[in-house]
Amino acid sequence: MPEEKSFFKKIDITKLGPLVALAILFVISAFASPYFLQVRNLLNILSQVSFTGMIALGMTFIIISGGIDLSVGSAVAFSGGVMIIALNGLLQVMSEPLALLVGFLVALGVGIGCGALNGLIVTKGRLAPFIATLGTMAIFRSLILFFGNAGNLTVDFRYTMLKDIGRGRTFGVQNTIWVFLILTIILQFVLNKTRYGRYVCAVGSNEKVAKFSSIKVDRVRFMTYVITGATVAFAAFFAAGRMNSISTTQVGDQYELDAIAAVVIGGTPMTGGTGIIWGTVVGAIILGMISNMLNMVGVSPYLHGTVKGIVIIGAVLVQEIGKRSTSKLSN
Amino acid sequence: MEDFLIKTKGISKEFSGVRVLNNIDFELKKGEILGLIGENGAGKSTLMKIISGLYFPTEGEIFFEGEKVVINSPFVAKKLGISIIPQEFNLINHLNVYENIFLGNEKRKNKIVLDKKAMRKKTKELMNKLKTVIDPDTVIEGLSVAQKQMVEIAKALSRDSKLLILDEPTTVLTINEIEILFDLMRNLKDHGVSMVYISHKLGEVKEICDEVMILRDGNFVSKANTSKISEKEMAENMVGRVLSEVYPEKVSPDSDLCLEVKDYSVDRVLHNISFDLKKGEILGFAGLVGAGRTELAETIIGIRKKKSGELLINGEKVEIKNPLDAVNNGIGYLPEDRQGTGIITNFDLIKNTTLVSLRNYGKFIINKKKERERTREYVDEFKIRAASLKTKLEFFSGGNQQKVSLAKCLDPQPKIIIFDEPTRGIDVNAKREIYFFINDLVKKGISCIFISSELEEIIGMCNRVAVMKEGSLAGILEGEHINEKEIMYYATGVKGAA
Repeated sequence: MPEEKSFFKKIDITKLGPLVALAILFVISAFASPYFLQVRNLLNILSQVSFTGMIALGMTFIIISGGIDLSVGSAVAFSGGVMIIALNGLLQVMSEPLALLVGFLVALGVGIGCGALNGLIVTKGRLAPFIATLGTMAIFRSLILFFGNAGNLTVDFRYTMLKDIGRGRTFGVQNTIWVFLILTIILQFVLNKTRYGRYVCAVGSNEKVAKFSSIKVDRVRFMTYVITGATVAFAAFFAAGRMNSISTTQVGDQYELDAIAAVVIGGTPMTGGTGIIWGTVVGAIILGMISNMLNMVGVSPYLHGTVKGIVIIGAVLVQEIGKRSTSKLSN
Repeated sequence: MEDFLIKTKGISKEFSGVRVLNNIDFELKKGEILGLIGENGAGKSTLMKIISGLYFPTEGEIFFEGEKVVINSPFVAKKLGISIIPQEFNLINHLNVYENIFLGNEKRKNKIVLDKKAMRKKTKELMNKLKTVIDPDTVIEGLSVAQKQMVEIAKALSRDSKLLILDEPTTVLTINEIEILFDLMRNLKDHGVSMVYISHKLGEVKEICDEVMILRDGNFVSKANTSKISEKEMAENMVGRVLSEVYPEKVSPDSDLCLEVKDYSVDRVLHNISFDLKKGEILGFAGLVGAGRTELAETIIGIRKKKSGELLINGEKVEIKNPLDAVNNGIGYLPEDRQGTGIITNFDLIKNTTLVSLRNYGKFIINKKKERERTREYVDEFKIRAASLKTKLEFFSGGNQQKVSLAKCLDPQPKIIIFDEPTRGIDVNAKREIYFFINDLVKKGISCIFISSELEEIIGMCNRVAVMKEGSLAGILEGEHINEKEIMYYATGVKGAA
């Protein structure tokens, strides 16, 4: 039995599509604006995409398992908002670093709780993920609007540590980028090297076979939502850290769309069963780079959506055509 | 040239560099039935998929009614008058019978509104022709496997085809249903329809076909008039060597019981089933399609919830609530429906092999080296033919897929294995390999439940035979009572207290 050892055969050519698109976009952007290639600008792009990027990492798991989560944007506002409310209380009774740590744990708990709720509705309630998370999307948003009176939830102005961390840099690189990077490495590892990652792909490929193969399908599904809930909590922490506050109306708005778009552009099919974590990262960067370039060349911000939409459709179209030609099926 | 309906020249097909079909010429006259036989992976299904437009050949030409044609989609094939009854069902589960039969071919009033009445009527006519009673409004999901097969046949008949390809249509049918199908084929033949008949049942090929073409490893071996070739010669041409004994010598089991099933019931499906299995025994389960054998297996491994009953393994009571409990208690299951419940077609060889036993490859992180080594052992042991260990199973032939399914079932090292139709749709040689393989397991003290609809293999393989009828156990046969007649008496209710 010959084993394919050569580099090119090992790396599936069709999976390189997103990377090629990124390279092309990079070159175009570099020509379009002299500022694009500046390190500062590149880091800015990365830090901007890291919010939806983190969530998209979790979303990749959900989509591979055959689900979807529309509630992530609302969940960011919800867990971020609750964190700030908790933080303001905690700051009365403990030191700032400790309060911040507990506050973060609160955000993490709320994020994971949101994910767990989605997971429960989908697995125990047997609801379609689209419907289940459409419902929780409305619930999370409405609750935080209620808590914040549809305004901003802000950390007591005397304390700035949250903002310092959220906007801060380590070794010259924004903290958000570091966290995004670390989450990417962890989840890439989980998907490709662990039993759980294998099970997620199995469940998304063929739920029945997975069940017959003694895999606890419901538990695997449930956990994909919990993982996403955790990534939501990280995004919420940094979203709150940007301004030291959470705008209950605006934070997380349409994050779900950007996250799903990043996953899909990155080469993970909506039909599930297989997926690429680093593809999702590339997908998120492509989206950020487009916005950045359009801003630089002075295209009306109202038109950004049109370009994004075309890129999403184009990316999936290219993947589909590639799939058809490699599978050699004429239909 | 004109009297040939279809003729191919030098048809070849490659899948990611692996040549599965090599330079095939064949021709078919109007009103002729050609048998197409060969081992799994010989290229039969691939050749027929090329003719029906599902695959496009790497090389070669096709002539239809004397003209060169390019069949690059099933739609083109349909227009030419080529219909295929595929091996794996192609029905949409949540649509009903007539909607499936007329899918893509709907009858309409004034070209707009669906003419449901006409479609129901035509469906009833087709079912009458097939002497089958299936209500046109039944949803496919609710049908038995045999009924689904009849719907597939009706679907092909509903289009006035010039060439009808039947890919193993009889594997799930009973003797009566097969006779009806053959009558129908003879009738179609009289009306000038040509047919290609793929089957592993050589007796059937001899009975219904005019000529038989034999493929081996993607190559043409021979073509002969069915009146001039014996079944034995056919089989030998298929495998390329002289065949020895089909069934291994039976091994007598221990007297210790390793499994006791007591009073198993599932609402409307199983009624008070009790039996036991000795260590090193092969216990056959015979019965008509729909007798509840698969349902019993699924209940034992915890897929279905039982209403009553208990299970003892080595004399100790165990509770199996889900397939994981079954694996942990040393019970393995080889499912009947290979692609539906057995293997994941978009997973590669390695990932399929270790899917059930993945817990043995690391608590959290998978030991990929160990995985690869284990899989390679199975590839050698079962002679699995694959381009590489990373090849996805969708590119495997049916028999090779079954071997992978078997490896997957065995990798957790079960002590009790339930084989559900382990040889369905695979060729003589692979069947024989599986029989000997099961016998080797039994010699090692592993106990087997052997569910099959082929009486011959049940009789050839099993120490005892349990016969089921309508969800109940009609009787358990031993020794000289294990014969075709006796089994059928119990299966049809002539004998037994079912």
